[in-house]
Amino acid sequence: MNEAATPLRRLFRVLVTVGPGALWLFLFVLLPTLLVLLASFLTRGPYGELVLPLGLHNYARLLNPLYLEVFANSLLLGLLTTLLSLLLGYPLAFYIARHPRRDLLLFLLLLPFLTNFLIRVYAWLVLLQREGLLNAFLGAFGLGPFPFYPSFLAVLLATLYTFLPFFVLPLYAAVERLDWQLLEAAYDLGARPVRAFFHAVLPQTYPGLFAGSALVFIPAMGTFVVADLLGAGRVVLIGNLIQQQFGVTRDWAFGAALSVFLMAFVLLALYLYARVQGERGLEDLV
Amino acid sequence: MKRLLALHALLVYLFLYLPILVIVALSFNQSRRGVRFTGFTLDWYRALFADPRVLEYALNTLLVALVSTLVATVLGTLLALGLVRYRFPGKGFLYYLLYVPVVVPDVVMGVSLLLLFAMSRELLGFPRLSLLTVILGHITFQVAFVTLVVRARLLLLDPALEEAARDLGARGWQTFFHVTLPLAWPGVAAGALLALTLSLDDFVVTFFTAGPGATTLPLYIYSSVKLGVSPKVHALSTLIVGASALFLALAYAVGRRRV
Repeated sequence: MNEAATPLRRLFRVLVTVGPGALWLFLFVLLPTLLVLLASFLTRGPYGELVLPLGLHNYARLLNPLYLEVFANSLLLGLLTTLLSLLLGYPLAFYIARHPRRDLLLFLLLLPFLTNFLIRVYAWLVLLQREGLLNAFLGAFGLGPFPFYPSFLAVLLATLYTFLPFFVLPLYAAVERLDWQLLEAAYDLGARPVRAFFHAVLPQTYPGLFAGSALVFIPAMGTFVVADLLGAGRVVLIGNLIQQQFGVTRDWAFGAALSVFLMAFVLLALYLYARVQGERGLEDLV
Repeated sequence: MKRLLALHALLVYLFLYLPILVIVALSFNQSRRGVRFTGFTLDWYRALFADPRVLEYALNTLLVALVSTLVATVLGTLLALGLVRYRFPGKGFLYYLLYVPVVVPDVVMGVSLLLLFAMSRELLGFPRLSLLTVILGHITFQVAFVTLVVRARLLLLDPALEEAARDLGARGWQTFFHVTLPLAWPGVAAGALLALTLSLDDFVVTFFTAGPGATTLPLYIYSSVKLGVSPKVHALSTLIVGASALFLALAYAVGRRRV
């Protein structure tokens, strides 16, 4: 490098490039996060404002069995969504990757995904309601009508529907890079198909599998919209609880404690993910 | 085995398309309730266009998306450039901050921004919850995605090209506009497109940061759905689906031609 190397010029360049973005992240990411942390130790005032004293009382409330059930619901939804994404998405990624017109198939996978999130959730309400398509279909066979909506099942279906592409896309990237020679080698060494798959194919797809699972599990744990619309008050997740505290109940301190809890849970999941995947694994999540 | 895979794929695609197709079909259905098709009508579209608020919400949505994408793309591109080119104290910490909007659930991001705006209003007297706060919120998650996408592109570039420009006497900004930016352009465009999509799709952050008079289309759909299924929402959804399909098909066609 030539004249650019003087320290003052360097400092100037760092400030011009990194400065605005860094300032933004400090103001709108770091500061709000610290405020939530602070608020979680404060107390709800008589008009819903945040007041002293500081304490751990909001966190103590998390141990209430009522809330523990909500956490269990969220965890169950996250795990079931991930499991079902695996069942639907894993074979699909292979089919797309080996198809001659795979860019078209990827395009068709993305198309519903780029439809507004709320519309995708709403569509399930239309399908599952009492006079919906599913009940009309079953009614033709003299069955039902069944109360599919509102229910946990409805929430699960819509969550799976909205997050499935998050699972397939990183998995597809892993399958596309697969070294099929390893599979042939396994066959040459006398492995039967099942064994060959578990030893020569599955391990190669771990990066995509883990990235996909993280991308489905985390938003599924944190959603409140799907449970709000398809659970209609009967299915309560952590996200709904947080929204209630910041909305109707106006107990921001408790809502902040719930947010910190959810964030801590997500960070723990990511920490475990990064341990398995290495530091670079985080980049696969974008 | 191959047939089984094909059947599975067919069923998954059916699962992906059926709900949307049902909405599109119902938007032309005369019947107000239920899925029995009683006849073709455009009444719901007429009712939708007769409502002046819908146009206002659509314009709000576009305004938020365009302004926030523009700001986030500039901030994110510069940030990516600085992160790739320079070493400075606190760089690792900055990376951690970048990942926060990517991994933290929307609802946590929404309430933390709400808390920030509420406290700032208490102490400084501004900002009021409005379209401005929605835009600030959108930029916040967009910046992270733009930076990471542009950074990935910059890492692929050969630093020798910039050095050559400097050796030929180009100043810093000349190198940036004539060499670095054109080379990074696919990354910048991809980042901007992602940011735009994220903004148009966002409901949760908008929900927590929007004040009265700052309704966007997703907020409108949400409040309508809370009141019950309505053919007007079917019509609006169909229009949005059509617009996104057209947009994606265009992006797909342009992308194919370039490759």
